[in-house]
Amino acid sequence: MKGSQVIGEAAIRAGCRFYAGYPITPQNALPEFMSSAMGNLEDGTFIQAESEIAAINMVLGASMAGARAMTSSSSPGISLKQEGISFLAASELPAVIVNSMRGGPGLGNIAPSQGDYFQATRGGGHGDYRTIVLAPAYGQELADLTRKAFEYADRYRTPVMILADGMMTQMMEPVIFPDPMNLTELPPKPWVLNGANGRPSRIIKSLILNTVEMEEHNWKLARKYEIISREIADAETYMTEDAKFVVVAYGTAARIAKGGIKRAREMGLKVGLLRPVTLWPFPERVIREMSRAVKDFLVVEMNTGQMLDDVKLSLEGRSNVHFYGRPGGIVSTPDEIAKVISSLYYRQHLEED
Amino acid sequence: MKEAPFHYCPGCGHSIIHRLVAEVIEELGIGEKTIGVPPAGCAVLAYDYFDIDMGEAPHGRGAALATGLKRILPDKIVFSYQGDGDIAAIGTAETIHAANRGENITVIFVNNSCYGMTGGQMAPTTLLGQNSTTTPGGRDKNRDGTPIDLSEMLAITRGAVYIERTAVNSIKNIRKTKKAITKAFKIQMAGLGFSLVEILSPCPTNWKMSPVDACRWIDDSVMQTFPLKVIKDETS
Repeated sequence: MKGSQVIGEAAIRAGCRFYAGYPITPQNALPEFMSSAMGNLEDGTFIQAESEIAAINMVLGASMAGARAMTSSSSPGISLKQEGISFLAASELPAVIVNSMRGGPGLGNIAPSQGDYFQATRGGGHGDYRTIVLAPAYGQELADLTRKAFEYADRYRTPVMILADGMMTQMMEPVIFPDPMNLTELPPKPWVLNGANGRPSRIIKSLILNTVEMEEHNWKLARKYEIISREIADAETYMTEDAKFVVVAYGTAARIAKGGIKRAREMGLKVGLLRPVTLWPFPERVIREMSRAVKDFLVVEMNTGQMLDDVKLSLEGRSNVHFYGRPGGIVSTPDEIAKVISSLYYRQHLEED
Repeated sequence: MKEAPFHYCPGCGHSIIHRLVAEVIEELGIGEKTIGVPPAGCAVLAYDYFDIDMGEAPHGRGAALATGLKRILPDKIVFSYQGDGDIAAIGTAETIHAANRGENITVIFVNNSCYGMTGGQMAPTTLLGQNSTTTPGGRDKNRDGTPIDLSEMLAITRGAVYIERTAVNSIKNIRKTKKAITKAFKIQMAGLGFSLVEILSPCPTNWKMSPVDACRWIDDSVMQTFPLKVIKDETS
């Protein structure tokens, strides 16, 4: 299945019953899939919205009504959705947003890119908030992380972004799906708007004019983000046990880096991979612990250096941080990465024991 | 309605319109299954007064948010409450497309021909010649464009079932407004599609008039641009 379809099928199996989206390349296979998948369900809703902004606000409404709701887009469209994402975070509403990243800034191009890392991990919209960001690198992980995205969104009542790129969402890979969730077994949501029948009326809002109350709300969100950071930060490690040199990369860049690492290992270089699965929260503890043995990290991204900042912040100067990136929709080859690894490896004299 | 400190200015039409909407909800016996969507603007605090479930929308997005709510809860009654800047400027696209899809929701559109909460700037509905903080010397056709007839625009969408323009500047008009709101909610309860009531409402503070003069100005000026009428009614 195509990556976009994998996300769609996994979303339906995770209990997603509301999808609204707008056409933009390279994510189009996802709304197309959802239009027929939702149509096959008795209780599914698909809306092709008039705009990205309308789509995210429909999701806002569906989420208030208690549905597991999703929207998706590619980079320029995600910029437009940021208003709604900020409101979701402020109103503590769950929702899943998929970004199939393409080259940018501006209209850019439709080739795979990782240029939206800052936007995704720093909140993206206005105000003091965070968005959980999951970065799948394999077809199977598209399915697994989509399931997790809905679980995290409900558990923490916060928007979750699946940050994929045009390569991940258009590539075909075999996938084993988890069983569909029984909607009646999902945890109850004692906050939804469904009519004040036999209970006091409820308000879901983000306007808090009283500065003291607003500050308390901000601290409440901050405490929640601390809990999220402790509980779900996740990374995959590959050949890091004896590594002197570790590549840090996520998504498509991580898969290519793996190929480069295999080639470097064949040359006898002790190289490993650290692949963040959650970009926010960033798996900073893993990388900090690794810095006891590893004095050189190479960040590889499909941009001009964004996750690079988080690696540096995590290490706090403990190790050297190098960078290699290709922006503009260019996808590096494993050989290219292997060459970068070997030249840095020798330059840092890591071949000496 | 809930007991709450009152925040609207003296002579503001929102208080009347809130009461009318609340009365209609109570008379139709739908309070326990109605969800309101307040806008950004003066009426955002509507949720402090209505004793029903309320979900706040970002500026202009009421119709899109109400669409999401209603599609998940087709058996509930969903209405948005929006001002003229909210619905006819920043939220034009969401409103037109919700109407065109024939979303089975009700929209209460309060037209006071200015941006009230932000201090009286020009709205898309500001009259030609009307003073505002961003139309010094009055709204000028060549510089600022002309007032937008949003309700008439919505009436040409195929999904809109009922659109009426009323006012709350006299007892007679208030009664007519209540009748229109009742009809709009009944259309939703019958599952017929998109209904909207545009209500001409006084803003004495930003018009810099006494409440009495503001009500008179609606008769003398606002209705010349926005005449009271049933703009579309597919049920008759």
